[in-house]
Amino acid sequence: MVKFNRFTLDNGLRVIVHEDNTTPMAVLNILYDVGARDEDADQTGFAHLFEHLMFGGSVNIPSYDEPLQRVGGENNAFTSNDITNYYITLPSANIETAFWLESDRMLSLAFSEKSLEVQRNVVIEEFKQRYLNQPYGDVWLKLRPLVYKTHSYRWATIGKTIKHIEDARIEDVKAFFKKHYNPQNAIMVVGGDVNLEQVKQLAEKWFGSIPAGEKYIRNLPQEADQHEERRETVTAKVPLNDVYIAFQMGARLDEDYYAVELLSDVLSRGHSSRLYRSLVQDKQIFSEVHAYITSSLDKGMFVLEGKPLENISIEQAEAALWEELEKIKNEEVPADELTKVQNKTESTMVFSEMSLLDKAMNLASFELLGDANLLNQETEKYLAVTGAQIKQAANKIFRKDNSSTLIYLADKAAVSESEFSELEN
Amino acid sequence: MTIDYSPMTNIDRTLAPDFKAIDNITLLRPQSQQLDNGCKIFCFNSGGQELVRIEWIFGNLRFNPAKPMLNMATNTMLTEGTSTLNAAQIADKIDFYGAFLQVEYGYENSTVTLYSLNKHLHHTLPVIFDLLTNSTFPEKELETFKRNQQQKLQVSLQKNDFIARRDFNKAVYGDTIYGLGATPDNYKSLQRDDLVAHYKEMYQPANCTIIIAGKVEADALSLISDTFDKNWLNGPVAANTTQPELTPATDLFYFTEKPEALQSAIRMGIPTINRNHADFQPMQVLNTVLGGYFGSRLMANIREDKGYTYGIGSGLSSLKQGGAFFIATEVGADVCKSAVEEIEKELNLLKTELIPDEELDLVRNYMLGSLLGSLENVFSHADKFKSIYFAGLDYDYYDRYAATVKNTTSQQLLDLANKYFDFDSFYKVIVGKY
Repeated sequence: MVKFNRFTLDNGLRVIVHEDNTTPMAVLNILYDVGARDEDADQTGFAHLFEHLMFGGSVNIPSYDEPLQRVGGENNAFTSNDITNYYITLPSANIETAFWLESDRMLSLAFSEKSLEVQRNVVIEEFKQRYLNQPYGDVWLKLRPLVYKTHSYRWATIGKTIKHIEDARIEDVKAFFKKHYNPQNAIMVVGGDVNLEQVKQLAEKWFGSIPAGEKYIRNLPQEADQHEERRETVTAKVPLNDVYIAFQMGARLDEDYYAVELLSDVLSRGHSSRLYRSLVQDKQIFSEVHAYITSSLDKGMFVLEGKPLENISIEQAEAALWEELEKIKNEEVPADELTKVQNKTESTMVFSEMSLLDKAMNLASFELLGDANLLNQETEKYLAVTGAQIKQAANKIFRKDNSSTLIYLADKAAVSESEFSELEN
Repeated sequence: MTIDYSPMTNIDRTLAPDFKAIDNITLLRPQSQQLDNGCKIFCFNSGGQELVRIEWIFGNLRFNPAKPMLNMATNTMLTEGTSTLNAAQIADKIDFYGAFLQVEYGYENSTVTLYSLNKHLHHTLPVIFDLLTNSTFPEKELETFKRNQQQKLQVSLQKNDFIARRDFNKAVYGDTIYGLGATPDNYKSLQRDDLVAHYKEMYQPANCTIIIAGKVEADALSLISDTFDKNWLNGPVAANTTQPELTPATDLFYFTEKPEALQSAIRMGIPTINRNHADFQPMQVLNTVLGGYFGSRLMANIREDKGYTYGIGSGLSSLKQGGAFFIATEVGADVCKSAVEEIEKELNLLKTELIPDEELDLVRNYMLGSLLGSLENVFSHADKFKSIYFAGLDYDYYDRYAATVKNTTSQQLLDLANKYFDFDSFYKVIVGKY
């Protein structure tokens, strides 16, 4: 149970306060309701590039990081297809510094050309490091456009191509800020060794005078249901073949979300899960195999991934995955197995209460979904899922004509032969 | 800026709010006891959630270069079968009770960790007891392990930073567990008999430290100590946990060319002092200035000014037998040489110019805030204890740490930079283009 209080400033900023006096620290988390899905198709990667620019100084404060580090604080941020989230942790005695910094960059950025130029380069290096210079690193650049034809989920948060990052101009940055970074589009959570009155006062003092701005009305073209089997095979400089099968699934707020998540747990959570036990241990088809969902706010993805052993053909590997999917479509998950994944989910929720930052981020995410208190109702929703609902979800999702299969074939010739001649000069 | 953004209030947004320096950092200390079989127990009782983390920590046996993967394989395969439970049954039991079981091998110790809700401890503890006393390392599971590890290794070896790390460790630490760089053959040659012998010698109560953290009331504690006391016996041979001396390589420069690399991985550094040396704590201050936090000089120059990289950092590894100072990054392949030059510049600057007071004050506050922030919950307090306990240190280490962070002078740091940062003696590893 994560307790909290809530209030909204006149300019529309939603504020949640979670008091936890077991720690000498405080956290200030701000979620902006903007992600890569809100980008233009010819300007992708922008939400994430923008996140970097949020650290390049604001209108009254030339350096964001320096004053925070000076009071013993740390911060970071992440961008997803749905949201951009910024957080600060610091000794609670210095919480006002967090209000000062976050409010100034919500008020306005410095929009420095130098910062834009450097962060373009940093993000380009990030693009290379995480997506291009790693085996299988480009999987989401290939899989997303296979699964999504209309929706802006068809590109990854990093963007479709480095070119889009290179082309970003300061005018674009300003326009993006104006459109998305205002109090109406933000949810702030303050947690830890703080109290409600203190937070009310500080929020009013630092955020109260920020103009409300215009409300961004999201109107994204939604992805149509899929009724055709899709497939792409790439030969790449990777050491092993790799099989991805992605299915369209519902959105985070759909009723069967909880059944679908438990379905992925039955298939792939831990070493007692079906795919591991059957395909890694017993039949020895894969060296590793996973199933997971993207928990997206719009129509999401249910992904299966496995690296077949070297004596296994792609056809055998795919057939083995489908055999497991057919099984779960046809036979209800036994009660013990369902209880197992439910128990695991329940204890995960308890363990997540050990982390102040996790609690703050969770409150913000659920408030975005409509009500922060949904966080406290999660466990019972998972516990209420029945075997019949899981079977139904499996039948709805695991259809050939709802699948997008991406195969990596290892280009053996390209793998350097000098791999094991260590320590060359 | 001429626009007045705050017409309604009189706050001056250009002025930072007042702040307080951190002076009181209180660490929880454990209750301790030793069982008759030699096993030591340390217990941290705190926290509101009805859960517990229990770690069984074993000293690694003396490293045998002829069988380098033995320690890792034995530890990893503890979950793969006992005389009463097969791998699937172990996983089932743990998962059914919503618990988490992890095995982890480190340079010096290997650990079995259980996260469990208190209400299920009487179901989950017997599984751990079984793992520690009756593991069988079945042939079939061993074959699966060997094959899958070789496949994973193939993937890792395609990553430049992975290769750079292992080449660096090999150079700095030589033929020891710290310098280990696995090859597929190392996995292929694993033998079940060796694992069993290794297991029997290493996983004994006299070589075990149990660390408990969470809401541990008396009944939970006695359940744990009872389970691992009378029925858990030492074998005939005590564990030999001594380790060979570190012998760094003579060659300093290692370049693996990847003609098509978009980025080059750089790792460089030098063997140095460990936590037990008086210079270690002031060196942590110096390291933080150089590359130990987001605002560090390396980040400010090489990422935030030049845009050569997504990230760069430096660190100090403290090991029982010694330690190392290192700098690591992945940079654009075309700017690799420039990045190395900038790193050298930053090191030289620390040797020739005093760190300005303003910067040093910031680092002091950052480090103390970071220490405070690292004490998030009862698990973190247990982690702080492990750092000192296994290095043979006491809690005054943290008192000294706080004092060192507050009081080390810029002159002392300049002297340390001259004592420890000789760029020409650094080991340098580049993977990619140079």
